Amino acid sequence: MFASIDDPDGSSLLNRTQGSPEDLAHLHRRLALAAQQEGLLDIAYRTLETPVGVLLLAATEKGLLRVAYEREDHEAVLAGLAEKISPRILRAPARLDRVAFELDQYFARSRTAFDLPLDFSLAHGFRRDVQQYLPAIPYGQTQSYAQVAEHVGNPQAMRAVGTACATNALPIIVPCHRVIRADGMPGGYVGGPEAKAFLLELEAA
Amino acid sequence: MKLPFEQVVAVHGDTVLRVCRVVVGFDDAEDAWAETFLSALRAYPDLPEDANVQAWLVTIAHRKAIDITRLRRRQGGSIDDLPERPSRLGVPGSTDYDLWDAVSALPLKQRQAVAYHYLAGMPYAEIAGLIGGTPEAARKAASDGIKSLRGTLASPSIKET
Repeated sequence: MFASIDDPDGSSLLNRTQGSPEDLAHLHRRLALAAQQEGLLDIAYRTLETPVGVLLLAATEKGLLRVAYEREDHEAVLAGLAEKISPRILRAPARLDRVAFELDQYFARSRTAFDLPLDFSLAHGFRRDVQQYLPAIPYGQTQSYAQVAEHVGNPQAMRAVGTACATNALPIIVPCHRVIRADGMPGGYVGGPEAKAFLLELEAA
Repeated sequence: MKLPFEQVVAVHGDTVLRVCRVVVGFDDAEDAWAETFLSALRAYPDLPEDANVQAWLVTIAHRKAIDITRLRRRQGGSIDDLPERPSRLGVPGSTDYDLWDAVSALPLKQRQAVAYHYLAGMPYAEIAGLIGGTPEAARKAASDGIKSLRGTLASPSIKET
């Protein structure tokens, strides 16, 4: 790329014009603010440290679009959002302040329900129906895959309920961790079995 | 596959800032940078997937720099006379005044050619497409510019605090 890399004047110029990390951080904040004001910030994101690891939080103007566990690979998740929704994506924490606040309260056991606008754009059809139903399962309680299938009006669709839970783009907020196997075993979870056990225990306490 | 714009900023933000500083001067560089990336963000969904992102950003920065140049000229003064010294406000301890003084003494074409070639790695044919003239003239402008900076570049950078 740099044709002049062997040129001592050119490399000295490169060394001495480098912007400081503070300059670039300041410019990034300015860009995120201007993008929000101009309606160009299609997806804003931030990360949040929680007892179940660092979560990625991403939101459109409509609402919270994605919550991702570390094991899902945050970079891959953002690349997927660029592909499916819009590549106009910036790290811009302000839009996620309310989400981070409610999650902090949830993990501190001072909140049992989330009051946040949600953007279900990543889910379609039956999976979306299931995901939109899940917040109706009360805090601290669980339902089996079969019970959920019945509630959404398709009692035969236990397997599809399992898939809907596994593809939930908004884990924790849309509580797919409250769906467990009929024999009482926890079943799979997008955040891993430890995270599911942790959330169920947190809510049971 | 198109990357999230955040990655475009992370990968190219520094290069575009250097280019803006050399072309419009230290004081106006932040405005030029911010306008460049906002304009790029607007157009990004329509950018072809195989585009050279850095060359695209430098082209936008070049146009934004011209806008700023015109604005400054209307406000009296020419872009060929950048302010002698960058403002020291808000830039504690990290500014290489010797270098920025030497850069601001160069004519505009030389600043552009130096920035696009030495900082953005652009070939002379593309630089000529941006600044006008032949590739050979662009090569000469870059080489005259870097020659004038040689004395300053050879001495160690003294950062004022």
